[in-house]
Amino acid sequence: MPLLEARDVHGGYGGMNILNGINMTLEADEVGVIVGPNGAGKSTMLKAIFGLLLVNQGEILLRGEPIHNLPPNKLVQKGMGFVPQENNIFPSMTVKENLEMGAFLKPNSVKPMLKQVYEAFPPLYDKRHQRAGELSGGQRQMVAMGRALMAEPSVLLLDEPTAGLSPLYMNEIFARIREINAIGVGILMVEQNAKQALAIADKGFVLAAGQNRFTDTGASLLANPDVAKSFLGG
Amino acid sequence: MNEFMFFINNVLVAGSVSGSIYAIGAVGVTLVFSIMRFAHFAHADMMTFGAFMVLALTTAFPAAGAGFGMPTAVVMLPVAMALTALLAVGIDKAFYKPLRAHGVKPIVLVIGSLGVTLMLQGVIRLFAGTGGQNLYVDDRKEIFRMVLPLEGVRVPVVITEPQLYLFVLTLVSVVALHLFLNRSRLGKAMRAMSDNPELAQASGINTNTIVAVTWVIVGSLAAIAGTLLSLDVTFKPDLSFFLLLPIFAAAIVGGVGHPYGAIAGGFVVGFAETLAVFNWNVLLRPYRDSFPDWLELPSNLAFVGTEYKIVVPFFILVAILIWRPTGIFKGKVI
Amino acid sequence: MNTPTASPNEIAAPRRFPLREVVLFAILLVAVLGVYALMGAAYSTRMLVEAACYAILALGLTIQWGYAGQFNAGVMGFVALGGFCAMFFSIPVNDAFWNTELPGELGRVLLYVVGAVLAVVGASKLDRLGVPKKLRSVLTVILAVVLYMVVISALRGVTGEIESRAGFIGGLGLPAWVGWIVGGALAGGVGYFIGHVCLGLRSDYLAIATLGIAEIIKAFLKNSDWLTRGTATVSPLPWPTPGPAELGFTLSRALYLSVTALIIAVIFFLLHRAYHAPWGRMIRAIRDNEISSAAMGKDINRRRLEIFVLGCILMGIGGGVMTTFNSLFDPQGYLPLNHTFLVLVMVILGGPGNNLGTIFGAVAVYIIWIMSEPLALFLMQLVVNLGEGVFGWDFPANMESRALQARVLVIGLLITLVLRFAPKGLLPEKIKHHG
Repeated sequence: MPLLEARDVHGGYGGMNILNGINMTLEADEVGVIVGPNGAGKSTMLKAIFGLLLVNQGEILLRGEPIHNLPPNKLVQKGMGFVPQENNIFPSMTVKENLEMGAFLKPNSVKPMLKQVYEAFPPLYDKRHQRAGELSGGQRQMVAMGRALMAEPSVLLLDEPTAGLSPLYMNEIFARIREINAIGVGILMVEQNAKQALAIADKGFVLAAGQNRFTDTGASLLANPDVAKSFLGG
Repeated sequence: MNEFMFFINNVLVAGSVSGSIYAIGAVGVTLVFSIMRFAHFAHADMMTFGAFMVLALTTAFPAAGAGFGMPTAVVMLPVAMALTALLAVGIDKAFYKPLRAHGVKPIVLVIGSLGVTLMLQGVIRLFAGTGGQNLYVDDRKEIFRMVLPLEGVRVPVVITEPQLYLFVLTLVSVVALHLFLNRSRLGKAMRAMSDNPELAQASGINTNTIVAVTWVIVGSLAAIAGTLLSLDVTFKPDLSFFLLLPIFAAAIVGGVGHPYGAIAGGFVVGFAETLAVFNWNVLLRPYRDSFPDWLELPSNLAFVGTEYKIVVPFFILVAILIWRPTGIFKGKVI
Repeated sequence: MNTPTASPNEIAAPRRFPLREVVLFAILLVAVLGVYALMGAAYSTRMLVEAACYAILALGLTIQWGYAGQFNAGVMGFVALGGFCAMFFSIPVNDAFWNTELPGELGRVLLYVVGAVLAVVGASKLDRLGVPKKLRSVLTVILAVVLYMVVISALRGVTGEIESRAGFIGGLGLPAWVGWIVGGALAGGVGYFIGHVCLGLRSDYLAIATLGIAEIIKAFLKNSDWLTRGTATVSPLPWPTPGPAELGFTLSRALYLSVTALIIAVIFFLLHRAYHAPWGRMIRAIRDNEISSAAMGKDINRRRLEIFVLGCILMGIGGGVMTTFNSLFDPQGYLPLNHTFLVLVMVILGGPGNNLGTIFGAVAVYIIWIMSEPLALFLMQLVVNLGEGVFGWDFPANMESRALQARVLVIGLLITLVLRFAPKGLLPEKIKHHG
């Protein structure tokens, strides 16, 4: 049974559909990347999975259990984590407090998880008593991912984790994502830096106009001349 | 030196008293603002309601305090806090939550809170009448006069029993709030929701729980402030309507959504008021002989008469809105 | 989260026949006739005049709240200003004041004020002469404090003299309508100041600031005995129309009613024109979508300030007309309940932004308000009897005065209920879709 499955998902805001029938499957040991041009519905799809917008046709399954249109806090309980693209930290709280908030529903696992997250993101340990709002962009992204990991999710949704970061930080974040995946967290992310993201992806979903255009392994998509021509800038 | 004692009584003590009241009030207003994003006009009447609960309980059990060696009103305060907290949660459920669920603009909630203000005033006057009443029903208000051991000092520093309770409880409330917000799981969740409501929700924090917790704290603080104010002067149903402006001024001075700023703002406004109505001639009088002849000081050197005290918080409010709308501690929302 | 807010009653389809308006005003007419039948012509005409005065205030609030989404929580202050001007301009000249040297003294103090303001403003510009900014600020503050003390002491001296020797400075003996106009202008001026300070901030701040200025205006009028006789009150205020002594109660009040009706008609006509003019469209565009209007290069803050000042002017005029009709200037008679919240209920119940609805709301709510007084007493008596008879409760003696407080409760309840169940009022503003 796949970890996460989307079947013919339609949805959007206020009666206007942005998603027009999207299919996806992700296994527990996979990193999936959603790429596509602007307005293809990439971030919208992520939000639909995390219950932030109305799915009016089709279904989304987490380990075979339908989860579409459940509120976010229920999804967190079911093992889903979400890192929004913007406003993804609590700026006036310390790094440690940010992380604690991630495990709000599992107060008993705060200590061991803090240790794990600090191991995954060593810079966060050094800055644990600093306000998250004072950190650099890359460190903020680490805080945001760390916060989502605190809830011990089985699948993590990342909305453009490398947006606005320097190439150095981008590679660091991608490396961390692979590490997180290695400890058994399925990852589904939306990326603008499509080439680099597909390079580390097990699976890639190329969306256009709210529909699947190509679905394959990351490597084969990179090698596919059609994909390269239309979506990866030649 | 006696003039200086006069200054201590009229400015330092009086300023600390009103500063404490404003501070506790402003913390409540600022907490509502940081969680629900609207100016809660009914806060002052929640304060009155808390004091009214104490009045009712004290009238019902006038001797209850004797066993504790404290005024009955103070003994009844925890019960009143619980009742006011309950009222605050109930008001939110009945009136604010439906409006929020409709997704209205914050200003509509402000108007709704004005409606709640009127309802509370109506209820309180309906039961308590319109006149003033003393919260010391069966006890005697102790007044402490301390003559400082300095040469030539005859004027004592005067502090009343409720003022001492006020100072102690203000300190306790501030420390308790600090510990709650920084150490407890729910307190941190409250700060998280104030920082970033969407992300708080995405972290699994239940918004409704936090809103309810906020109202419990706000109601309890309101009961403390209202009761201690009524203990110090007398209980009047329209007592706290005149507190709205200084409390909001304090919250805005401190930076809206910023609890510590609200405490500082409360004392800024409190001291500004007492300094403005203080007759400075009293302090200058001893040096009268050393003034040049042409300078004849008027007998009244107060900035504003006590009847215009309300101008002071307004002036502060306007000044802060013009020069630094985010407040001295950089509040979140303008 | 954000549920879609489009409910059926929001999208008012263009109607051929204004059925709702006709029905509601017919009910109102029946109610008015009922009051005439029950309470007599003199009483009922007075009620109508007062309702008309409230309609002017409500029109002022409806353009602030309904047109521009600005909430004014201090209508009372602007009403009191208008009332003061109506009093000051219309009552007879006080010779006991004018025949002494006191006017000169007062004028001298006013000159001091002007001089002091100029000096402080000058000091605040010292940095242009090369004075460091910090030093300039310190100098300005010290100068302001010292000059303020000098001026306020001089003013306290003169006003004390006026109070002890002449009572108060009296009026100007001009027709009342001059006072109404000046009152509107004065209220507009104060509104400009407040609106300017709160411009560009959240609307909560405007509510707080207006609440404050209203209390300050009231405190000033109440305590400035030299100007207003304070708590001693001023009466009678002359009417611009023949008074009851010449025409009898009913006829004179009916004449006054026609004057207020004329004022309302003029305001209504002008607002109607403005609403459908490009200016009104722009105002609504700003209210409905601030961001996109800003993107279109519209000067949002300027338009908002215009609306706010216009609303305050109407409130000042309404306050003047109302105070002249009462023939009594009593600063303590201006109450937040009667002059702010009652107006608010009229507007939100009638339909914010809909002028006709606002007038309907004003008259309807005022009739309910007036009639609720005997009703509240009756109900209270019923409760007391019931409580004593059935439950053996012991009620305090002053139940009558408390019964009136029940109206406060009802007004509050009405505000919250209307906001929740009929947020657009009984006569919703007709939203025309542009183009």
